[in-house]
Amino acid sequence: MEAVDLLWEAALAGDEHRATDVVLAAAEDHGHETVLLDVIGGVQHRVGREWASNRISVAQEHAITAINDRAVTALSITRPRRAPVHGRVTVACVDGEWHAFPARLLSEVLALRGFAVDYLGAQVPTPHLITYLHRTGPDVVALSSSIATRLPTAHATMTACQAAGVPVMVGGAAFGTDGTHARRFGANAWAADARSAADMLLSQTLPVPGRPHQPVDDLPHLADQEYTLVTRGARDLVRQVYRDLEERVPAMRSYSDEQRQHTAQDLAHIVEFLGTALYVDDDSLFADFLSWTGAVLDARGVPTHVLEPTLDLLGAQLRDFPRAQRMLRLHARADAG
Amino acid sequence: MVTVSSWLRSPCPALVVDTAGAVHGMNDAARSLLPPEVLPSEWQHGESVHLAERSYAAHRVDNEDGSVTWWLLDQTDLLLERDRAALLTRMSSALMTSLNPERCMTVVAEMAAAHLADEALVIAPQSSSGHPVTRCRRGEAPTYELQQVDVEEVVGLSEALRGFPPVPSRWIDPAAAPEWLARDGMSIVVTPLPGHGVPAGALILIRRDKTFSDDEEAFARLFASRAGVAISAASLFTQQAEITDRLTRDLLPPVLRRYPHVELAGRYRAAADTERVGGDFYDVHELPDEQLFVVLGDVCGKGLEAATQTGRVRTAVHALLQVVTDHDRMLAALNQALLTTDTSRFITTVVGTVRPVEAGLHVRLTSGGHLPPLIVRVDGTVEAAATRGTLVGILPEIVTATDEVVLAPGDSCLLYTDGITEAHGGPLGDEEFGEERLRRALTACGGMPAEALVEHVHMLAAQWVGDGEHDDMATLAITAPRRRP
Repeated sequence: MEAVDLLWEAALAGDEHRATDVVLAAAEDHGHETVLLDVIGGVQHRVGREWASNRISVAQEHAITAINDRAVTALSITRPRRAPVHGRVTVACVDGEWHAFPARLLSEVLALRGFAVDYLGAQVPTPHLITYLHRTGPDVVALSSSIATRLPTAHATMTACQAAGVPVMVGGAAFGTDGTHARRFGANAWAADARSAADMLLSQTLPVPGRPHQPVDDLPHLADQEYTLVTRGARDLVRQVYRDLEERVPAMRSYSDEQRQHTAQDLAHIVEFLGTALYVDDDSLFADFLSWTGAVLDARGVPTHVLEPTLDLLGAQLRDFPRAQRMLRLHARADAG
Repeated sequence: MVTVSSWLRSPCPALVVDTAGAVHGMNDAARSLLPPEVLPSEWQHGESVHLAERSYAAHRVDNEDGSVTWWLLDQTDLLLERDRAALLTRMSSALMTSLNPERCMTVVAEMAAAHLADEALVIAPQSSSGHPVTRCRRGEAPTYELQQVDVEEVVGLSEALRGFPPVPSRWIDPAAAPEWLARDGMSIVVTPLPGHGVPAGALILIRRDKTFSDDEEAFARLFASRAGVAISAASLFTQQAEITDRLTRDLLPPVLRRYPHVELAGRYRAAADTERVGGDFYDVHELPDEQLFVVLGDVCGKGLEAATQTGRVRTAVHALLQVVTDHDRMLAALNQALLTTDTSRFITTVVGTVRPVEAGLHVRLTSGGHLPPLIVRVDGTVEAAATRGTLVGILPEIVTATDEVVLAPGDSCLLYTDGITEAHGGPLGDEEFGEERLRRALTACGGMPAEALVEHVHMLAAQWVGDGEHDDMATLAITAPRRRP
């Protein structure tokens, strides 16, 4: 659609007026829902792709999203007003999740379809969310999470919502392209995108969750404590591996402060993703992250030669953790092959 | 001979079946219970046999001569008790999950209609807009609505709803029942839901085909007492949450509106995840001639106590603005006000006056012991405003120096609290985020819309902190809007 390109250019230029004009004109032609999901949503997808291939920065990502957000607001003002005819849905992002935009789009679409929507935004601390559910008693809570490392938090939040007697629908990139993690976490529903989420809520009533359960019931492998121990000791682990890395890779000694900072941050990310992969016991989550990191580093012109020794040194530190060993080894083998 | 006569006199029904399957003999208890055409050959050992509205467990004993003695053990009461215990457990676990009164009432009505009566109503004490009533007919979905009903029409209902004086369950004459209560009931019983200090409402059970036995009524009371505790806990929670909301409403960061000449965005994150308010604050006030007065600050301390202090400071600033808009005099007056209040703690604050001018925005900034605001130019240049001053609320006199800056279209001025720069963490877990890192990050933020700027800064600080603890964090961005080409 041409409007996607026009909106992309306007948002990239930080031109709110032009962005709003594009969106309002497209809404006249294609209707609100199409513009929300295919035009504005299309631009947001492109933001993710452009960022991953280093054509825009995180700051630009935020700026574009802010312009898009204003476009949604402008659109929402012109939305045909009608009283909600369907159930009440609370839409929120899990704690630590900054990407509020997919949740915002879902809220707008659900409101268009006639639901009563409470949109709580990004970064919702679980205690706030649960209090809100008790106060308002919605029929469904829709939780959004984009970043895989928020999965353990998302799981805890889902369990808490269910324990409050509210069925949980989840969505977002974190749950996997086919919703694998959503199912394993015992979600009452998973939707691939806002459109199918709205369709699903219209066509069925999600059952009230049964008796409260503990998150560990969903993931029996957590009994081996690998996740707990690796996450609890993450900072020490990062520090130790960083020191070892300086010895192993002489080039690091001539790094600038900023390069050091980046290397440490990348290392912290690897440990964070390893922890998440241990939590869901999914080797491919870690492997995908590593190949994605490799691609992003390449795109940024950052030398990737520290990646391999990093995994090696991590493996040495985590000798007593069989699942972590397996994940780190898998990558080494993939590299060799 | 003794054994023969003793089985015959046993209160437990027993009968003997010969090898051909014919009934060879029965004891008295069996004879009064069983029809003559009884066919024990169809029984299975251990299974339940239903006779005369009761339930018996059939126990088979093989005799030496090949005949079989069937003992029938009455288990009617046992099964009933087991069902009731299961029902109470199910209801308790369903009610335990929710602190929402409406949902609790729905669970109670649904379960009562499924197990105790043909129709069940749960009526809560009157709210400002009527009585919340949940009604459920067996096999149907429960409905919840606010109804304007006269509870005095139903004997015992108003006492049950008040929760005082204590009343037992009351039978209602179905013929005298008002239309809204029941139309086709044969038997109606009203049971109070004991709330223990908080009236929880009443449970009304309706049967169409038969009356309630004493035993059933007694069980309904047990059911109601559990339901009442849960509903009243939910009501108490709701009341408390409403009170908290009302009392903290003025302490929450203000919702910023949009102005044609100024973009403003603020963001707040309290130190504790369970709280929405803390010791940081910001506010925006409108002055004559399209000018805006902004204030951002930090009360020493955190948590609810600090939050109440921010409320006082914000009120004081708003009041002082009516008489003084000059920064030096405003901060001096605020200093005096804080010094003369016993319970006050000192604050750091920065105030700003924003005036639209031809070139964009003219901003006067004055710090009272607070971090100087950072100016982010559209090209990514970052500079600190040259304003300094003493903390407010400690010394009898304060000294302040005001800076004036002009924001061209796309430029921003960022006011922030030390929760951002003192965020502790980082990849190695032992560093402060620091002013230097903040400035470096802001060089990538030239030309950003105000809300993107504050969100970006909060995200960087939050990621820096990770799962660790942090102080209250507040940011306020003032941006000169880009102009329509």
